[in-house]
Amino acid sequence: MSAGAPVLEVKGVTKAFGERQVLRGIDLTVGEHEAVALIGASGSGKSTLLRCIDLLVEIDDGDVFLDGEVITDPAVDPIAVRRRLGFVFQAYNLFPHMTALQNVMIGERYAHGAGKGEAEERGRALLARFGLAGREDDRPDNLSGGEQQRVAIARAFGGKPRALLLDEVTSALDPELVGEVLAAVRDLKAEGMTMVIATHEMGFAREFADEVAFLHDGRILELGPPERVLEHPEREETRRFLSRLLEAGRI
Amino acid sequence: MSEAAAIPASARRLEREAAKRRRSRRGAAIAGLSSVIVIGGLAALVLTSSGWPEVRETFFSWSEFKNAFPEVLSGFWLDVKVFMGVEAAVLVIALVLALIRISTTAGLFPLRLLTTVFVDVSRGIPTVLLVYLIGFGIPALQIVKPAPDPAILGAIALTISYSGYVSEVYRAGIRSVHRGQHDAALAVGLTHSQAMRLVILPQAIRRVAPPLLNDFVALQKDVALISIIGPVEAFRAAQIFQGENFNFTPLIAAALLYLAITVPLARIVDRMGGPEGAVR
Repeated sequence: MSAGAPVLEVKGVTKAFGERQVLRGIDLTVGEHEAVALIGASGSGKSTLLRCIDLLVEIDDGDVFLDGEVITDPAVDPIAVRRRLGFVFQAYNLFPHMTALQNVMIGERYAHGAGKGEAEERGRALLARFGLAGREDDRPDNLSGGEQQRVAIARAFGGKPRALLLDEVTSALDPELVGEVLAAVRDLKAEGMTMVIATHEMGFAREFADEVAFLHDGRILELGPPERVLEHPEREETRRFLSRLLEAGRI
Repeated sequence: MSEAAAIPASARRLEREAAKRRRSRRGAAIAGLSSVIVIGGLAALVLTSSGWPEVRETFFSWSEFKNAFPEVLSGFWLDVKVFMGVEAAVLVIALVLALIRISTTAGLFPLRLLTTVFVDVSRGIPTVLLVYLIGFGIPALQIVKPAPDPAILGAIALTISYSGYVSEVYRAGIRSVHRGQHDAALAVGLTHSQAMRLVILPQAIRRVAPPLLNDFVALQKDVALISIIGPVEAFRAAQIFQGENFNFTPLIAAALLYLAITVPLARIVDRMGGPEGAVR
């Protein structure tokens, strides 16, 4: 990994599920400490793109590079790649049979081979860091949505990932809980975490992202700094998407 | 609770609570009365029937009961041993079968095929027939000499029969765990087998515990089937007495012994229907 090389590079990625062409050739570069927001309507391919990068979905064509190395080669072990990335799901996907602490420990303990004591110590520190001290022994169904998502962020961050992939991490939350989760993401950004975030929170994207990519029908139609893409969109599709959000009161 | 108590009760609330108490009192009264009528009616029907004195003598004779009970009980001990052994074997074998069936590794294809055939066949043959085939077929092969204990052969037949059923219960449980759990397990860097062991199976097994126990209630009763190839378990012991004295009381004794195991099991099943149990 040469200095200054992008952390993530997506080149010409396509993906179809049966007849449905979800990604039609995606190119995207994410530099170190950079945060890229993916915006676009439901079904535009944001989630699929994130899942392709984490190798949860096998791509059809193109390649993805992590620290300059190709990770979408059949010869590459996907498990080793996933250990270098963190993923936060829209529906949290915490393990319901484990406590908050066990949820954040499991990667450390089993994927990264830490001893039990060490993993537990780190797990407690991680929970405390995301404002969850005292909730270690709670099971997910005893936590609010915002707390669950913060546990999920702590779990993803626990593996010391090179980049975090966040898939609409606030869209399953009650409005009053969105703030605490966004604060956690902001905190990670301030620390220099490289991130790709699919989001519907335009205000957040504007404040937080270094670049915004507008996805439409499996393609990135616009890519640039948030002020430009969100305030002076060049494409008709982007304008239409933003005005729909405006009507819905989401901006 | 304490907060609710701090709010002074209004007249409306007192009225509502009084109505609730009236409703529950009336419910209890109706339940009690209808139970007395139904149970009393049935008892009266049986006790006043013309055959009752004779039935009481042949089915519910206390002296016959005392006489046969020790041997029926010692027969039942064999039932318990076979039940425990078969249950342990079935829990393990069925899990292995289920894991093979849901695997996607190409190399396991022949095993997968065999497993599917095994599950179909073992579930498709009546248990009693399987007990017969194994109980008389294996000794006839004369592979092992002297021929194995029929109780063991019976246990093998029951294990085969129940492994097929229980593997399908496991499989349904594994399938019922949401895909997102598997994704999340992979995303934290676990291997497929770690994901299965640490994330999927613990949730699947907790979910299928009630149907599993249910199958074991059925197994506990089916142990009586091994008597057809010789072993003297509770049912057979009772039958021997019945044949000698033309009195059916020993069979009632055997039935009570089965109930002593199956009823508590059934209550455990009910209990497990509630909220998910504690982990670890």
